[in-house]
Amino acid sequence: MSDLNDDSGFSDGPAAEIPPRRSFLAKAGAILVGAVAGLIPVGAGAAALLDPLRRGTRDTGMVRVTRLSAIPLDGSPKKFTVEADRTDAWSTYANTPIGAVYLRRTDDAVIALNVVCPHAGCFVRHLADEGRFSCPCHNSSFDLDGEVNNASSPSPRAMDALAVEVRNGDEVWVRFENFLPGREEKVPV
Amino acid sequence: MTKLLDWLDDRTGYRGLLNGALHEHIPGGARWRYVWGSTLTFAIAVQFVTGIVLWAAYSANAQGAWESVYFIQNQMLGGWIVRGIHHFMAQATIVLLVLHLMQVMIDGAYRAPREVNFWFGLLLLFLVLGLSLTGYLLPWDQKGYWATKVATSIASMTPVIGPSLQQLLIGGAEYGHLTLTRFFALHAGVLPAAMVALIVGHVYLFRRHGVTVPEGAEKAPDGNFWPDQVLKDGVACLVVMATVLGLVLWTGGAHLGAPADPTEPYSAARPEWYFLFLFQWLKYFPAGWEVVGAHIIPGLLVGVIAAMPILGKWRLGHRFNLGFMVALLAGVGMLTWLARAQDAADPNIVQAKIEADERAARVEELAASPAGIPPEGGLALLRSDPLIQGPQIFAARCSSCHRFEGHDGLGGIPSDEPSASDLAGFGSRGWVQGILDADRVATSEYFGGTDHARGRMVRFVQRGLTQLTDEERAELLPKVIMALSAEAGLPRQAAADAADAQTIAEGREIMQSEPVNCVRCHLFQGVGADDDAPVLTGWGSREWMMGMIHDPTQEQYYGENNDRMPSFGVDEDLSETEIGLVVDWLRQDWYEAPASR
Repeated sequence: MSDLNDDSGFSDGPAAEIPPRRSFLAKAGAILVGAVAGLIPVGAGAAALLDPLRRGTRDTGMVRVTRLSAIPLDGSPKKFTVEADRTDAWSTYANTPIGAVYLRRTDDAVIALNVVCPHAGCFVRHLADEGRFSCPCHNSSFDLDGEVNNASSPSPRAMDALAVEVRNGDEVWVRFENFLPGREEKVPV
Repeated sequence: MTKLLDWLDDRTGYRGLLNGALHEHIPGGARWRYVWGSTLTFAIAVQFVTGIVLWAAYSANAQGAWESVYFIQNQMLGGWIVRGIHHFMAQATIVLLVLHLMQVMIDGAYRAPREVNFWFGLLLLFLVLGLSLTGYLLPWDQKGYWATKVATSIASMTPVIGPSLQQLLIGGAEYGHLTLTRFFALHAGVLPAAMVALIVGHVYLFRRHGVTVPEGAEKAPDGNFWPDQVLKDGVACLVVMATVLGLVLWTGGAHLGAPADPTEPYSAARPEWYFLFLFQWLKYFPAGWEVVGAHIIPGLLVGVIAAMPILGKWRLGHRFNLGFMVALLAGVGMLTWLARAQDAADPNIVQAKIEADERAARVEELAASPAGIPPEGGLALLRSDPLIQGPQIFAARCSSCHRFEGHDGLGGIPSDEPSASDLAGFGSRGWVQGILDADRVATSEYFGGTDHARGRMVRFVQRGLTQLTDEERAELLPKVIMALSAEAGLPRQAAADAADAQTIAEGREIMQSEPVNCVRCHLFQGVGADDDAPVLTGWGSREWMMGMIHDPTQEQYYGENNDRMPSFGVDEDLSETEIGLVVDWLRQDWYEAPASR
């Protein structure tokens, strides 16, 4: 392999003598021309690749999820699928499942918790026997209000509570949002 | 021929190149311990070949990825073997990488003048890990989806650039088409290209420095790469290939889970086995320490490995390096074992795995049905399947009053007592037999929890029917049961209904005459009064049940006598599709693959 270069045409014969000043101009020119030619596709490509950064957060607003009557009276949480219109790049889906929430009655209100674990994004499950939420990935544990209830839980914050409204008497509306995982503060995605 | 080759050599110099490649002089002769690099090159070449074949059938979008992999796996000639080889060779590559790395460590082949080549190797290791990570998502099944979500979540925790990094990786705020197109571009474009460049550099540097002859082997006679070492390399590659093929045949190929569904929990989300140690590792970092666990400590460990050629110059450096690597591997092994052991001991995880497998098997059954996969994709199959969705809807909306075989449809037991009938087998002969049984009609299986417990129907069953003689009951009731149940037209009972057509006709007569005389309250086959007792014509049929759930207060159902049953359809509480799914599930009307296969 090492003697490959010796066979190449470019190294045959003595190099032509070029005056130093012309040599400098030629080198600078070569680099400049090459850079300009190269920057065009690289720039266009970089812009296209960075496109996701310019897409803002999507707010679906309040979405009707269910009726009050569907939420257990005993205060245990129940999982509901949230449906809304959703655009995924080139596809637009009407009224499609976009996520899931746990709904639960407290004394005078309804609370909604996003099912996604604030630690690393797994689907938190409700352990009915133990009366708590637990993440099946890294064992984060939450009480039924979504608060971390175990000091060794890796989750940096409580389960993400979502805005809930009861409209027209018994319709439960939720503002569905996802938040960045792995940080103390809730930052909408 | 010779002339032609001479001409070719004159124009290209290929003989010199071939000589350079094959006639590498090996001091101390060919050895088995030199085969690891060649097996790795072979494994990666296999990944290129199988990968391109898979590429030719794969579709990187959220409604085509799972579907195309299903096609490759189940319908393409030899597709499952190609995918299986790609899957298991990826794992073999990791094993071979570790063996190669340990070989290099033990022989001290990372020390001067081979530092740069060691770094090339380390970069290649990370490229291989990157290929596994990106490849895991591509089938777009539940396993890959949820495991990769953890990986990109960890990326988002990177200080400062994390959120942007995650957004760039997944192509937006959430998983979708662009996540797949980007992962695929990395998996099949960027990473393999970088890999080829690094392998060329790696082999070039290796040739420049030659093999590292182990101590005591210098005196052995010298050998040549061709054919001495090539033969040994070839045998080793064959062993690798045979092992991988054996795994493919033994396991039936790579597994394909149910299609990715962001609304469906997947508790069994675990990364590929060689990442399990990282997964387990993260469990030990409480809130606020994620970055330490996911970035800083792994970064430091990799830093130490990268510094090994320099550390090796120190008097005890080589021993330190070896000890460090052994300890690291032991730690990785320990964490992997812990992850496995904890999952095996967690009944929730075990159950989740069983459920995931059932779902995967069900969607394959549906996809293989004559109706096939619709353009909306495999997930639509599951979302429109009564067997999967029926119990979910029942548990969510019906089980606060009704039960199904005593549970909520999914096996849970609600804390409140049932206040309406148990709907398992609704419409069947067994169910009708129970409602006409004086001992059972007023239990919680039927009207026990409702206002109808004191109603005319219960009174009739408990008093009217019991006044019949035993002979009359034995003669009349079975026919009534068959006749009423036949109204439901249950698909599972179709054969029995057809066989008993004569008895059913007799039963209809009995229903319309004394002493049973259902038409005293019910309307049946155009006869009778309809005073707020449900119409029995078509009772339990799909249409009848759909209407009942839509609005039980209609005249042909309970009218003003309706107890607490909500009008799910009128209130738009359940869509017609959802009502249909529950009804079809209760009527056991779902697709089932033919038994013989």
